[in-house]
Amino acid sequence: MAKRIDVNDLNVYYGSFKAVEGVSMTVEPRSVTAFIGPSGCGKSTFLRTLNRMHEVIPGGRVEGKVMLDDQDLYAPSMDPVTVRRTIGMVFQRPNPFPTMSIYDNVAAGLRLNGVKNKKTLDGIVESSLKGANLWTEVKDRLNKPGAGLSGGQQQRLCIARAIAVQPQVLLMDEPCSALDPISTLAIEDLINELKSEFTIVIVTHNMQQAARVSDRTAFFNLKATGEPGRLIEIDDTTRIFNNPSEQATEDYISGRFG
Amino acid sequence: MSAITDERRPDDPSVPDDASTPPGGRPGRDALRQMGSPHRARNVKDVIARVVMWFCFFLAMVPLVWILWTVISKGAHLLGSMQWWTGNQRNINSDDAGGGARHAIEGTLQMVGMTALIAVPIGIFTAVYLVEYGRGRLAKAISFTVDILSGVPSIVAALFIYAVWVTTFGLSRSGFAAALALVLLMIPVVVRSTEEMLKLVPNELREAAYALGVPKWVTVVKVVLRTAFSGIITGVLLGIARVMGETAPLLILAPYTKNFQRDLFNGNFPTLPMMINQDRGDFALATAAERMWAAALTLIILVLLLNIIGRVIAYFGSVKK
Repeated sequence: MAKRIDVNDLNVYYGSFKAVEGVSMTVEPRSVTAFIGPSGCGKSTFLRTLNRMHEVIPGGRVEGKVMLDDQDLYAPSMDPVTVRRTIGMVFQRPNPFPTMSIYDNVAAGLRLNGVKNKKTLDGIVESSLKGANLWTEVKDRLNKPGAGLSGGQQQRLCIARAIAVQPQVLLMDEPCSALDPISTLAIEDLINELKSEFTIVIVTHNMQQAARVSDRTAFFNLKATGEPGRLIEIDDTTRIFNNPSEQATEDYISGRFG
Repeated sequence: MSAITDERRPDDPSVPDDASTPPGGRPGRDALRQMGSPHRARNVKDVIARVVMWFCFFLAMVPLVWILWTVISKGAHLLGSMQWWTGNQRNINSDDAGGGARHAIEGTLQMVGMTALIAVPIGIFTAVYLVEYGRGRLAKAISFTVDILSGVPSIVAALFIYAVWVTTFGLSRSGFAAALALVLLMIPVVVRSTEEMLKLVPNELREAAYALGVPKWVTVVKVVLRTAFSGIITGVLLGIARVMGETAPLLILAPYTKNFQRDLFNGNFPTLPMMINQDRGDFALATAAERMWAAALTLIILVLLLNIIGRVIAYFGSVKK
């Protein structure tokens, strides 16, 4: 299931503005990698290049290489739709489809891609909701609108929707920033369970969260506003938080700036 | 604390001295009394604004109620007869009472149906292009053209179709020719309202679909259009209501007939606005005037019914909480 991501010297642009510069890193399969760093340093932008969501924005483009195992994600023959089917994404704000029921939300990825078999869908919906720790809470109201759930439940619904298409990698862009502490805890527990199956990359503003959930942590920073963001270092989470090799990382971790 | 006191002029009698504002921030009794005056001023403004709004509301209601009252009081009793809903005006002269409006009701519905059949797909596809795909010059040019089209007077649209359809192609005036002119009037309404509705669909939903590996066109059809569905229906109905009562294109392109006529492509064509116009010609006769008001009321009822149907459709297709 899970695959490794290799990024080599990636530059990310918005039109002519270079937002992220020279990122190279390896994301290990079946692990959680956290991106931390001050606002505007390009963590989310970089995350969105990993499943080619960045190019959805007008003027968005990249230079460099992103490899998923041995596939070049930015090869001219590569279809971005296929990439996104392989690398799923959970967003900052829960965004269930408002016109759809809980069941339809989870089944959306499959249905919109042509899966019609009711039995298959039933099975995947149940296993995905179980996988997202939401099944017991919603199993009696699968036909109710997804937008009627609480924020934390909606976010778990979005995770269920993302894992229902059985991706190799799951990207999470600050998945807890709109949630209360209890829902956050539920999501963090879930991330811990999901990493046995998926490669997970999570952007977070919360350093404690990075320390709690991730195996490896990447620190991004930028020299000044208007300058491109850079990857300062990536290492085991315990090392980043206890004994980072870069001074900037230590300053950020210890709260001296940011 | 000091920043606040610095701004106060010491000679201003309305400013309480520092002794009445104990350190720690809680204002003293004098300060509280001072706070009463902007509060009162705000109340006065509130009342004035309320009065103005209510007045404007009633002012806007006057013509509406007046029209409804006039039309209902003068035309309602003809609608009570079965003949009105089943018959036509054949062999009924201006000084004969009653007759039927079935021919004109059917004609109007048929013509407007044809108009919607052509204008709605064009309008919705244009709006989808403008919101979801269009970038740069072409989109700007189309958007500008739609703006111009929405400003075209109906008689000009009718003359244009006349020039193309009758003068250039040598085809005869007909219900269909009038429907073509109505299409020109309806397209900009549908484009603009659909565009607004599509813009209201949050971008997060598009991104959510893309992130599931859903192709863009499926996202547009199944997520964006689906989410905006009830708004689009409302826009389409506004467009239909807009063209249903149009008379200028009918005067030029679809001459009235008192008979049943179900052929949209050949010959004269009966419609409610033209029936109203016909009887208006003999307004001095009580029989014709009565028929005119009844036809007007029938037209209003048709528009109302369409609105109700649209609302029901929109309700069942709307976003549920």
